[in-house]
Amino acid sequence: MLAVTAAEKYVAAAYGIVFLVVLVYVLIIALKLGRLERELDELTGRIRQRREAEARRREQVPVG
Amino acid sequence: MGSRTRDNPLAALAGLAGLLVAASVALIFFYVPTDADQGFSQRIFYIHVPVALTAYAFFAWGAWKALRHLWKREPGADLESYVAIHQGVIFGVLTLLTGSLWAKISWGHWWLWSESQLVLFLVLFLFYGAYFMLRYSVEPGPARANMCAVYALFGVVLIPISFLAIRLANQLIHPVVFTLQGPQMSGSMFFTFCVSLAAMLTLAATLFHVELAGKRLDSRLRELRELLA
Repeated sequence: MLAVTAAEKYVAAAYGIVFLVVLVYVLIIALKLGRLERELDELTGRIRQRREAEARRREQVPVG
Repeated sequence: MGSRTRDNPLAALAGLAGLLVAASVALIFFYVPTDADQGFSQRIFYIHVPVALTAYAFFAWGAWKALRHLWKREPGADLESYVAIHQGVIFGVLTLLTGSLWAKISWGHWWLWSESQLVLFLVLFLFYGAYFMLRYSVEPGPARANMCAVYALFGVVLIPISFLAIRLANQLIHPVVFTLQGPQMSGSMFFTFCVSLAAMLTLAATLFHVELAGKRLDSRLRELRELLA
């Protein structure tokens, strides 16, 4: 088995922590972007529904 | 791909950060010589110091944006100041963690209260940590933006004090590498340090722009939601 010195363990821990924190940060940002995408989809759907409702109302208005 | 990265500077910045991080890791583990005094553990220096300098840089950038908000009423400066301070705090956490690991292997202690640079960095970190308590305890609006800007400006005073503490205190435990006579290390060590610093700054700048884009998108969506209500 490969012998690892104490210094090597500490160096690995220092670099590992930085890598892990950056990874967690990117994960949080990715989750937030996912939420924003869902909100955007919801708002787009609402605008589409409004437009459709407006178009239906216009069709129902009697002419003359 | 070339034209795509030209059209999207953030993608180019992320690519550059990736390249620099890979280059710095390769230099640290395959190029730079092992320090004669501290041995292998000295390699923590190449991540700890760039992370600490990045934290200082983002606190200073946050203060600069706060000044722009108060002075020029620059639109979006408050949000930029907030995101910069958020980045500074994240890199501050990393500074404290990597510093503690280095202290344990070099001095035999996780923390030394007698070391003024450590304590002053902790004070700076806690000061900016409290910034978020202020920000989230006040209703969003111009008053909150002004209060946060003033707070961020006060904090910037602590940066030179924290940076110069070790030189003013003249203590011997925490190493002083950058003196008035220049960097106290070999050319290859200094080159590796510069690449690591550039890597950390570009990585932090990428994260800053990604977070800022997310926050801007969030606020626009909120406006849109209010308009549709």
